Amino acid sequence: MRETPLSNCERQFLLKGIEEKKRLDGRQTYDYRNIKIAFGTDYGCCIVDLGKTRVLAQVSCELVAPKENRPTEGILFLSLELSPMASPSFEPGRQSELLVKLNRLLERCLRNSKCIDTESLCVVSGEKVWQVRVDVHVLNHDGNLMDAASIAAIAGLSHFRRPDVGIQGDQVTVYSPEERDPVPLSIYHMPICVSFSFYLQGTYLLVDPCEREERVMDGLLVIAMNKHREICSIQSSGGIMLLKEQVLRCSKIASVKVSEITDLISKALENDRRARKEGGRCGFAESMPVERITVLKSDGAQIEMSDAEVGSEAVTMATESQSAEPLSEVGRVPSPVVRAPGAVQVGECLQNAWGLGEEEDEDDEEEEERLEMQEDNQRPMKSKSEVVVISDSEEEEVVILHPKKTQVKDSKPETKPEAPSKKKKKKKQPLH
Amino acid sequence: MKSRLLGSTMEVDGQSTLSLREFGCEQNLLSRPDGSASFVQGDTSVLAGVYGPAEVKVSKEIYDRATLEVVIQPKVGLAGVKERAREQCVRETCEAALLSTLHPRSSLSLVLQVVHDDGSLLSCSLNAACMALMDAGLPMGCLFCGVTCAIDPDGLIITDPTAQQEKNSRAVMTFAIDSAQRRVMMSSTKGSFSVNELQQCIAVSQRASEKIFQFYRDSVRRRYSKTL
Repeated sequence: MRETPLSNCERQFLLKGIEEKKRLDGRQTYDYRNIKIAFGTDYGCCIVDLGKTRVLAQVSCELVAPKENRPTEGILFLSLELSPMASPSFEPGRQSELLVKLNRLLERCLRNSKCIDTESLCVVSGEKVWQVRVDVHVLNHDGNLMDAASIAAIAGLSHFRRPDVGIQGDQVTVYSPEERDPVPLSIYHMPICVSFSFYLQGTYLLVDPCEREERVMDGLLVIAMNKHREICSIQSSGGIMLLKEQVLRCSKIASVKVSEITDLISKALENDRRARKEGGRCGFAESMPVERITVLKSDGAQIEMSDAEVGSEAVTMATESQSAEPLSEVGRVPSPVVRAPGAVQVGECLQNAWGLGEEEDEDDEEEEERLEMQEDNQRPMKSKSEVVVISDSEEEEVVILHPKKTQVKDSKPETKPEAPSKKKKKKKQPLH
Repeated sequence: MKSRLLGSTMEVDGQSTLSLREFGCEQNLLSRPDGSASFVQGDTSVLAGVYGPAEVKVSKEIYDRATLEVVIQPKVGLAGVKERAREQCVRETCEAALLSTLHPRSSLSLVLQVVHDDGSLLSCSLNAACMALMDAGLPMGCLFCGVTCAIDPDGLIITDPTAQQEKNSRAVMTFAIDSAQRRVMMSSTKGSFSVNELQQCIAVSQRASEKIFQFYRDSVRRRYSKTL
């Protein structure tokens, strides 16, 4: 599906608004949208809402062999996914330009800033190290994916606990969470990206652009910074020339925003830790806003099976009465036959029944003729009573339409083994 | 046959009540998709988003109905065979429920994101999908819900099992059940079980589906309580 294009009217409206220091959602120039951080039930799972933009991060780890040139360092692997849920223009599994750009930025923000002590992830030098994997899924795209992704990734990493390991001689044992408490990663600092969008050749600047604002922007400046005011990465894109003062001003704004966001993350982590310590419920189910009209929760439901037994029995009975024939047929599955060593076959070879059938038909005809003659003579009452029992079968009707033979032969496989009964049926024919 | 039947009903007798974990749903929580819902069953949580009916790629166009695409995104790593199998289960159920002939030559896409897996993931995905389709206002012949049953080594049936219960069980079955006649629209099974156990699980799921459909009804009633 293609992205709906922005009309010229909308574009001009947005730009005019920006010139008058007005934004679509009523924010001021330097305002961030509301940030909500929620942690899941597993460690390292976190959902970040930045206004309507929503990002899910999951941190996981596994033991791998280290890179040859760095035998004592663990590996941090980052993967950002643009889920087709986030926007109709995102296709699953496609390496779009935006995806590459975001992945690269995230790598520079987290891996190259060395915010995580990778040496502490080493288990056995040159043999086994932890690979920490961060999966970031964009769930709803309403602009400023980079900031949301970086907040989600660093919050997920700070929340994550890896299993404890023990080394005895050459043996490495990974302890389950029940055996030993999992250990948190050692994080030196929390780099957070702050995006600035520029309009009209850099005359106007907006912090945290929403999706509409991103579409009309001329250039973007992303600054990754930690709360110690250290710039971890800086990137300007869109081919816009910025003055030194502009960059300095942006970095000042960024330092304020970063300290706010870092505080928010630590508060969220603290809340989650407390909830876990108290043994209370945590996770997304608890962070569902129950007061909203679109939300409904139900406490676990009991299914009464007391009267349902009848139901289940009825179901069993009903299906059984229908499936009686197939079931009995299943019982007749032929056992494998070994004809020659190394070759097995199931069942006998099918014998051509065509020629045989004709012969039988002829026999039948002869018999019928004979019977007719007999019946003319005596009309045995006994056979008539039998006729009543079977006469409701469809076969009979068919036979009447074509007064002589054939149909009985190819009608049903079950009738085959019961050759005598078939003959009985034939007998009735003249009686009708 | 009769005695076997009686014997197995005794087993259900042993646990006269089965339970579903607490469940919850939030609809219309994402701004971009045409319909979205997150469904929570115990700790299992799935987020669903629906786009459509919209323009379809020529290669995927079907002349007399809408093309439905289902994507399931795992939480860690890329989608594999497991996800593809689940996608197919969900897609076929949705195709059966949706009146896609009303939107010929258009595309519907349903994206499911696993948020947390604690057992009964397929049934939770089905429920999330149905809620999202409802939220998108797509025409459906009936609603559907998913119920997972596990049979533990003692032959007891557990509905809505957790991941641990699924792991310990001998067989796990998931059924999609329609709201109109409580018929089975899709079944996915793992492990070994007898014909009788299957039929019992279907009966149990049909029972459990009533609870879920009642929940659907309540949530829709709540949602439109201000406008009606």
